[in-house]
Amino acid sequence: MNGHDIVIIGGGPAGLAAAVAARETGVQDILILERNHQLGGILNQCIHNGFGLHTFREELTGPEYAQRYIDKVLGSHIPYRVDTMVLDVQSHRVTYINREEGMVTISAKAIILAMGCRERPRGALNIPGYRPAGIFSAGTAQRLTNIEGYKVGSKVVILGSGDIGLIMARRMTLEGAKVEVVAELMPFSGGLKRNIVQCLDDYNIPLKLSHTVVDIQGKERVTGVTIAAVDSHRKPIPGTEEHYDCDTLLLSVGLLPENELSRGAHVDINQVTSGPVVDDTLETSQDGIFACGNVLHVHDLVDYVSEEASLAGRNAALYALGGKREKKGIPIVATGGVRYTVPQRLDIHHMSDMVTVRFRVGDVYKGRYVSVYYDDTRVMHLKKKVLAPGEMEQVILQKNSFGQFSDVKTITVKTEEA
Amino acid sequence: MDYDILVVGGGVTGCAIARSLSRYDMSICLLEKGEDVCSGTSKANSGIVHSGYDPIPGTLKARLNVEGSEMMPRLSRELDFDYKQNGALIVCFDERDLPKLKQLYDRGVKNGVKEMRLLSGDEARAVEPNLSDGVCGALHCPTSGIVCPFGITIAFAENAYANGVEFRFGAEVRKIAKIGGGYEISLSDEKKLTSRYVVNAAGVYADVFHNMVSDKPITIVAKRGNYLLFDKEVGNYVSHTIFQLPTAAGKGVLVTPTVHGNLMVGPTSKEVEDKEDTATYAVDLEDVARMGSCSVREIPMRKVITSFSGLRAHEIGGDFVIGEASGAKGFFDAAGIESPGLSCSPAIGEYVARMVAAEAKAKEKAHFIGTRKGILRTRDMDPAQRTKLIKEHPEYGTIVCRCEQISEGEIIDAITRPLGATSMDGIKRRTRAGMGRCQAGFCTPRTMELLCEKRGSGMEKICKNKEGSELLKGGTK
Repeated sequence: MNGHDIVIIGGGPAGLAAAVAARETGVQDILILERNHQLGGILNQCIHNGFGLHTFREELTGPEYAQRYIDKVLGSHIPYRVDTMVLDVQSHRVTYINREEGMVTISAKAIILAMGCRERPRGALNIPGYRPAGIFSAGTAQRLTNIEGYKVGSKVVILGSGDIGLIMARRMTLEGAKVEVVAELMPFSGGLKRNIVQCLDDYNIPLKLSHTVVDIQGKERVTGVTIAAVDSHRKPIPGTEEHYDCDTLLLSVGLLPENELSRGAHVDINQVTSGPVVDDTLETSQDGIFACGNVLHVHDLVDYVSEEASLAGRNAALYALGGKREKKGIPIVATGGVRYTVPQRLDIHHMSDMVTVRFRVGDVYKGRYVSVYYDDTRVMHLKKKVLAPGEMEQVILQKNSFGQFSDVKTITVKTEEA
Repeated sequence: MDYDILVVGGGVTGCAIARSLSRYDMSICLLEKGEDVCSGTSKANSGIVHSGYDPIPGTLKARLNVEGSEMMPRLSRELDFDYKQNGALIVCFDERDLPKLKQLYDRGVKNGVKEMRLLSGDEARAVEPNLSDGVCGALHCPTSGIVCPFGITIAFAENAYANGVEFRFGAEVRKIAKIGGGYEISLSDEKKLTSRYVVNAAGVYADVFHNMVSDKPITIVAKRGNYLLFDKEVGNYVSHTIFQLPTAAGKGVLVTPTVHGNLMVGPTSKEVEDKEDTATYAVDLEDVARMGSCSVREIPMRKVITSFSGLRAHEIGGDFVIGEASGAKGFFDAAGIESPGLSCSPAIGEYVARMVAAEAKAKEKAHFIGTRKGILRTRDMDPAQRTKLIKEHPEYGTIVCRCEQISEGEIIDAITRPLGATSMDGIKRRTRAGMGRCQAGFCTPRTMELLCEKRGSGMEKICKNKEGSELLKGGTK
């Protein structure tokens, strides 16, 4: 069986940054496996700008941002295979398929999961009505528009205010389509504030919070959509129905980390993130399997994906070079409005000097505090103007902050009124 | 006469009949209003091969059900479609209903169903651990099975085609009239076709055509059923098909694994006026979930990947209407084919074909092709076999549908094989590309491209199913 020090599954932003960091840490033998025709992942279809403000301190488009990392990978001669689909992952073993080699199993000292995420489809929401053509998830519509060069609709209703839906509201408007309305089930948007301003407000596209689609009309192609207001239990309120004539319904109703391979590898999955449970090295519950990017948890900005992936790449490299660390560490608990944290475990004795703990909140909070407790002692208390589910938050834990807490059992991250 | 026989309807019934008729030396044409076979009731049903305990003894339904079900294992090998005998449990929630379970058992024995046995609630839970605590008794029926409704219909159609049956798609029948020596059929595009015999397998519209020629009218009522389909992750939630003992409150819904490893719950039953009303309704979907959760411990609703609805063709007399229509010599009905119609289809095919052939005094062909090979399923192949295949045919090395792991080779085969797919739904039903948890989010663009390449048409022409269901609205600026 052929083998490599590190095999990276996915050549999108996470996989690329992980590869670059692993090489910088001193591992020569790396292989990136990418299922698409080219490296870059989903960034290739994100032709809008707004990428890279944190990483490169300039505004790039998705393909430009991807190219920066592709150039680094090519520059350091890191091997990769495209059009290659990984079928199975086990500890230290990866099976993939492509046209040239057929079905191949290779060994790997360390594996980095960087498969990204996918969109929730209509079916998952149980939207009633007919099942005609003209219903697309926003990302599929984005691909058909930006990569294939086709217009998917002329009169559009969008359900869900996730970032891709917001971006597509603007994109379709620029293509001459009329976007009638964006309906959002929740009382707040799941997207970034800047996207609501730049993609909806600037084009006078109404955003209806606490609304959902209750009927889809049209037997061959969509002819109309009915939306209605929902109550506090997210149930449609009779009598509030509004009909829109349209030929297209776009769905931007959530992203799901793509963890089929992780499950196959018996990696423990967190119920909230739908991604692997990881420690502060981003190692999963399985020996030598690391995870980063949207397969770990859905990010709001690619800059954070790159940062996180670099960490996974560095740690996978240290692991492959023989620096295996015992699986110890204490749990990081999310509560009080904090939905989850990544990582979920921290080894305070072997951690780096600083560990970034990322999280999302479950509701919109104004003027609340984000607090960190070491057991019962509050060690961090940060006032936040606004906390919103659409924006990822973080706290940074310093290794030296554990000086007097060397036997701490639990770290808790929560929001507090005061 | 243009043909010896015109079969109206390309559902499982029409295709099964066409396939059985193709044993005989006659010119046969099947007319289907959709763009593909299996685009009506046959594509949206429970996919169950009932063993035959349910129909009233002595009815045509009872006889054809047991026959059809017994033909299924061998036929699935000969025609290469997915079928599995997974067994069924008919569960009962009220001690007072236990005698009815016994009645069902007795009925099954009378109908010739084999190997049935009655179980207590605990015995039933021992074989099916996720059954709800409310189950107090069950009838276990090991010969019950699950089948791919698309697979069987397409297999019948392809085999019929291989044996010389002509298929016309987009052929919507408007009028059928008796003429000297046969019938004249007018299509919606003004074309007229003549034929010595007509087989009416028009599903929910079978009454319309029957009543154009017969002196004894029939009435088909469409009964809509909503279903929920779940992720394969919970595909083994139950291993048997779980039926509910019919009560005064209704027939209940079933909870079953599908032959492809998903979990399915449904259907509801509502009479509808509009014979095209295949929409789903919030209230029905809630009913499915509520009723399903009587049979099993909490339905995993978070794992729903899609919902759909289909129409059953119910003849108000309650039995199948199969045979020569009264006052219309040479016009044969296969009407009112509701549940267990799918299970019966192989037997209906043989039964109707024999009837028509006898009247036509047709002879069997010397060289009938009795078998058909389906599309390769590369994900089930062992690695060495798969690598060998890819070396010879590299297109099997590119995965297009990630969720179901369907390769480009399989999709190309679905398009280019005789009677191949012309639409996205056609590819989906032949290969399962787009049927997985992302519901075609990822594979749509590439599948469209392949359809374009192989059919030589433009991307803007690609339809989800029939004309009018184009996916794109032209190029970008």
